[in-house]
Amino acid sequence: MFVAITASSGTIVLVGAVFLASCVEMVEALTIVLAVGHTRGWRSAFEGTGVALLVLAALVAGFGPALVHVPIGTLRLVVGGVLLIFGMQWLRKSILRATGLKAKHDEDAIYEETVATLRAAGDTPGRDRIAFVLAFKGVFLEGLEVIILVITLGTSAHRLGLAAAVAALAVVLVGLCGVVVAKQLSSVPENALKMSVGVLLVTYGTFWTGEGLHVRWPGGDTMLLGLAVLYAVVTWLFVLVVRRVVSSGNQLANA
Amino acid sequence: MSEQPHVVTRLIKGFGRFWWDFLVGDTPELFVAALVIIASTALLSETGHFNDAAIVVLPALAVLALAASLLRAVRTSRRK
Repeated sequence: MFVAITASSGTIVLVGAVFLASCVEMVEALTIVLAVGHTRGWRSAFEGTGVALLVLAALVAGFGPALVHVPIGTLRLVVGGVLLIFGMQWLRKSILRATGLKAKHDEDAIYEETVATLRAAGDTPGRDRIAFVLAFKGVFLEGLEVIILVITLGTSAHRLGLAAAVAALAVVLVGLCGVVVAKQLSSVPENALKMSVGVLLVTYGTFWTGEGLHVRWPGGDTMLLGLAVLYAVVTWLFVLVVRRVVSSGNQLANA
Repeated sequence: MSEQPHVVTRLIKGFGRFWWDFLVGDTPELFVAALVIIASTALLSETGHFNDAAIVVLPALAVLALAASLLRAVRTSRRK
C-alpha cells in the first residue's frame, strides 16, 4: 500500500512537470509557427516545423538510450543541479511577472513582432527560406527545452517512456488548441503555468540533488509532494512580499 | 574544405552559448547558488553523515537563493 502511494506521488509530480513544461514551451513555438504561416504561407511554416521535429526526434533517439548507461547516482546529481537552476529561474521570472516587476510574456506581442520581421524581409524568389528558418528555429529551440526536461526527468525517474508520451500529448493538445483558437494564444494563462512548472522543477531538482548525494529523504518519493507544497507556499509568500515592496516603493516615489 | 572548421566552430560556439543561456543567462547568482547548495549538501551528507541536517539545509538554501535573486531584481528595478 505504502509502495503504491509513494510510486503514484512520484508519477503525479513527473507527469505534472513534463505536461505543464511542454505546454508552456509549445505555446511559444506555436505562436511563431502561426505568425509564419499567416504571413508567408503554410508550406514553409510546416516544412520548418517538420524538419525541426525530425532533428529533435533524432536527438532523443541518440541521447535518450545513452543516458540510461550513466550511473544513476551521477545522473540524478547532474539532473538535480540542472533542474534546481532551471526551476529557480522559472520561479523568479514568474514571481516578477506576477508582481508587475517584469512584463508578462505577451503572445500577441511576439506574434506581431514575428509578422513585422517577416514583412520587413520582403518576398523572396523560389522557396521561402526566411519563413522556413524562423519556423525551424522557433520549434527547435522551444522543443529542445522540452527534450532536455523529458530526457532528464524521464531517465532519472526510470520513466522515460511515460515522460515522452506525456510530452507528446501536450504537444498534440497545444497543436489542436492552436488550430481552434488560431491567434488567441495570449488567453493561455502562461504565467500561472510557468509558476507551477517552476515549483515542480525546483521540487525535482531538490529531491534528485539530494538522492545523488545519498541523502535519505523521509518517506522516499512521498517527500516530492511535501517539497512541492513547501515551494508552492514559499512562492505564494514571495509574491505577496514583493508586491508589498513594489507598492510601498511606488507610494514613496509618488509622495 | 576550408568551410569545415568554420562550421564546426560555429556549432560548438552555438552549443556552448545555448547551455550558457540555459544555465547562467541573466541570473548568474542562481547558478552560483546551485553550486553552493550542492557543495553544502555534499559536505553534510557525504563527508559529515548529517542526513537530517542535509534534509533541512538543501531546500532552505534553495529558498534563500530565490529570495536573494528576487531582492537583486527589486533593487535593479528601483535603480532604473
